[in-house]
Amino acid sequence: MKSSVIIFPGSNCDRDMDVALKKFGFKNQMVWHNDDEIPKSDLIVLPGGFSYGDYLRCGSIAGKSKIIKSVIDFANSGGLVLGICNGFQILTETGLLPGILQQNKYLNFICKNVFVKIKNKENKYFKNIKKDVLELHIAHNEGNYFCSNDELKSIEDNDQIAVTYCDQKGNDDEENNPNGALKNIAGVFNKNKNILGMMPHPERMIDQYLSGEDGSLFFENLIGSL
Amino acid sequence: MIEVNEKIAIEHGLKKDEYKKICDLLKRTPNITELGVFSAMWNEHCSYKSSRRHLKKLHTKGKQVIQGPGENAGVVDIDDNDAIVFKIESHNHPSFIEPYQGAATGVGGIMRDVFTMGARPIANLNSIHFGSPDHEKTRNLLRGVVKGIGGYGNCIGVPTIAGQTCFDESYNGNILVNAMTLGLVNKNKIFYSKAAGVNKPVIYVGSKTGRDGIHGASMASAIFDDKIEEKKPTVQVGDPFTEKLLLEACLELMAGKSIISIQDMGAAGLTSSSIEMASKGDLGIEIDLTKVPCREENMTPYEIMLSESQERMLIVLEEGKEKEAKEIFDKWNLDFAVIGKTTDSKNIELFFKNEKVAEIPIDFLAENAPMYDRKWIKSELPKKNSFSKDQFKSLKLGECLNKILSDPNISDKEWIWNQYDHTVMGDTIQKPGGDAGVVRVHGTNKAVAATVDSSATYCNAHPLTGGKQVVCESWRNMISVGAKPIAITNCLNFGNPEKEKNMGEFVECVEGISEASKYLNYPVVSGNVSFYNETKDKGIKPTPSIGGIGLLANYKKMITMELKKNGNYLFVIGKTEGHLDQSVFARSILSRFEGPPPEVNLFNEKHNGLIILNLINKKLIETCHDVSLGGILTALSKMSIKGNKGVNIFPINGLVNKFEYLFGEDQGRYIIEIKPENLENVEKILKNDSIHFDKLGLVEGSEINYGNDLKISIDDIKQGYKKWLREYMVS
Repeated sequence: MKSSVIIFPGSNCDRDMDVALKKFGFKNQMVWHNDDEIPKSDLIVLPGGFSYGDYLRCGSIAGKSKIIKSVIDFANSGGLVLGICNGFQILTETGLLPGILQQNKYLNFICKNVFVKIKNKENKYFKNIKKDVLELHIAHNEGNYFCSNDELKSIEDNDQIAVTYCDQKGNDDEENNPNGALKNIAGVFNKNKNILGMMPHPERMIDQYLSGEDGSLFFENLIGSL
Repeated sequence: MIEVNEKIAIEHGLKKDEYKKICDLLKRTPNITELGVFSAMWNEHCSYKSSRRHLKKLHTKGKQVIQGPGENAGVVDIDDNDAIVFKIESHNHPSFIEPYQGAATGVGGIMRDVFTMGARPIANLNSIHFGSPDHEKTRNLLRGVVKGIGGYGNCIGVPTIAGQTCFDESYNGNILVNAMTLGLVNKNKIFYSKAAGVNKPVIYVGSKTGRDGIHGASMASAIFDDKIEEKKPTVQVGDPFTEKLLLEACLELMAGKSIISIQDMGAAGLTSSSIEMASKGDLGIEIDLTKVPCREENMTPYEIMLSESQERMLIVLEEGKEKEAKEIFDKWNLDFAVIGKTTDSKNIELFFKNEKVAEIPIDFLAENAPMYDRKWIKSELPKKNSFSKDQFKSLKLGECLNKILSDPNISDKEWIWNQYDHTVMGDTIQKPGGDAGVVRVHGTNKAVAATVDSSATYCNAHPLTGGKQVVCESWRNMISVGAKPIAITNCLNFGNPEKEKNMGEFVECVEGISEASKYLNYPVVSGNVSFYNETKDKGIKPTPSIGGIGLLANYKKMITMELKKNGNYLFVIGKTEGHLDQSVFARSILSRFEGPPPEVNLFNEKHNGLIILNLINKKLIETCHDVSLGGILTALSKMSIKGNKGVNIFPINGLVNKFEYLFGEDQGRYIIEIKPENLENVEKILKNDSIHFDKLGLVEGSEINYGNDLKISIDDIKQGYKKWLREYMVS
């Protein structure tokens, strides 16, 4: 299986993603933001970081970058596109995913382990993961998901909520909401479920010596379902 | 053009006799640009004029040392062609004036020092000291500094893996922000700042030059007065995004063979970087300032030379490699300009609009810089307090413990490190909050441990002992995670060197650091000195911060401090005499502030440490934590809280009073956790090596119990330990 990780100036989780994808069997290639096209891929990943410094609004400049046209075309033709953290922010900026990511409720950067509940397994990203709750890691300043009431209704009606923040037992209530995200949303799909954006970083949780290894379950399933 | 005279020289921070020396050396009056260059090179921050004589006494050698002090950073060997480049640096003065930008650019500056040498930064650390929590400025300064450190490090994508936060009223008017970075480099591909060869192109890369930070280094060499707000324009503004690009571009260029030497533009910007490169290579340098990329219009040669705009580098390239190098910087959208060349004149010659605007022999600026043998006084060891039994009579162990755990200097600092990305790069195997941060050496079985420590209270009570103690504390933190201590970097924060008492504190702390690091084979390979941490005549307590690193040959053998399993035994390694003077207990419970710090016995320190390392390598112990501030009971409580397990403490043998035993801060001690099946073996090893140890207790339940004197649940102590900082920051 071939994957491509897009590097924007300011991306900083590109190497981590490369390491994780390769560890679980992907043949990964790195693609520069200024390239004209993306090599043939089964999966495109927009990694975390601070693309173009995120000085205007997180992900906004990357959402208009040269390479992004190819990403949009790939996504619209049904290809799998995964955006983690800044990658999620970029996907909302392009309009491929609904909603936006605001600054965290308590206005601080948050770096810690969180639990997320998988809300929809009818897709390639979570299909064969046995667990319902994963322990992942967040590291962001703008992860507070928000969308309009109409949009919320639409994403709920279409089962587009992918993962929500919760406790170890899966209670996704306000008490277990680290950043103020609407409905504890930590990740969403597009309608067709081929595009996933999420704030938590599975690539930082891929062996027992790191903060945890539930990220492994994510990648194992992903390569298995392609 | 401004005419230079003595008054203007004094406004530049030079002393009368220093100005006279400049005129004598040049045999004429300098022009304003030249005066600016002299003032930048001769200030304390760049010239080390008060400290140089004493820094020579530091222990800087060892088999593991590839590069000691004198370069952008120190370099140590960690086997298999891998080397670690690391250094700590202060950004105290700017952070007090503008906490966010001051701290952010401190982090940016130290990272540049490391990647200038060809290393990819793999971990950041910091040591931050604030005034009393009750002081009106403390809360905002803390918030700003933490945001600044996070804002910069998080954006670059280098994990912040450990640090230290202290509060003491002596920092009310002078906070300390010390930032440390570790980088990984192939030991055959290290880059140095020494230029070589004549007529080699001198290249400017990175951000454009603006008017920010002019005279920053001079500001850092002055004491504060009522007008500090006016100094805000001397604080630089950081752009971590550009630094990230600069990092990637430099590493890309370094993969080739076109760089002769490279130097970041830190304090005193273009002035000190160009002069240092030429001086080390025994060369001259010619710069056309018209070619320097400027952000603002009509900048004068004086401003261009003294700007401390961030994220800039100076490179001496091999001839003919300009095009190849420019392509890399174009790719990363960074400025690239050939601004001059190396010469054999041994002078720095500056041109602007086809006119020579300055010419100074480089010797005058570097080797002939003033060096002072400042007067200093020796500190006497204070007399020991004698505590009578009556003083302890009314005290309850549990109440004392709760008070100590919620002491600002002891309590949990999660509120801070949760704002730092500590897991990016995917190799952090020990997070902040333990004895040391640990990151794997990417793609290998090795890991590097790092920590920053300071003990201003001890250094203040007796600088010589304090200097020794802080090195030992760093060493113990390495040992506690299972790392072999390799080397240290020091950031020496002191008051006004022109005062004999402050100068004495400096001299004796350096002596203490030197003695301990020599004995422990834990050499100093880099560092910086920050003097004049004084506001309106009030200086800070002497605060050397020691950044230590250690190596784990096999990261799978790393251990942590949280209690692991019920039924396991706990030992205290090292003898407990119950030293209470200068302890947290004496200060916050007994309100006694005098007396000597705990004695440092280097023999025991080394002996105990090496045995622990041996036990860890043999996988005979499950947990280790060094005993420091707050003594055994504080250390034990933290281990309990982290592991969510209780302890039954055995009755104390011997004559030591229980308060002295449980809260005393004797040095060279560790608490270790041992499985029952390893007990006999561990005891045998300890006895064979004549190591003093006490059987402290058993891991069990969810309380800490000590006979009838103490019965306290983990949840209770957790409350106080965890909540102080969080509540302080939201109140």
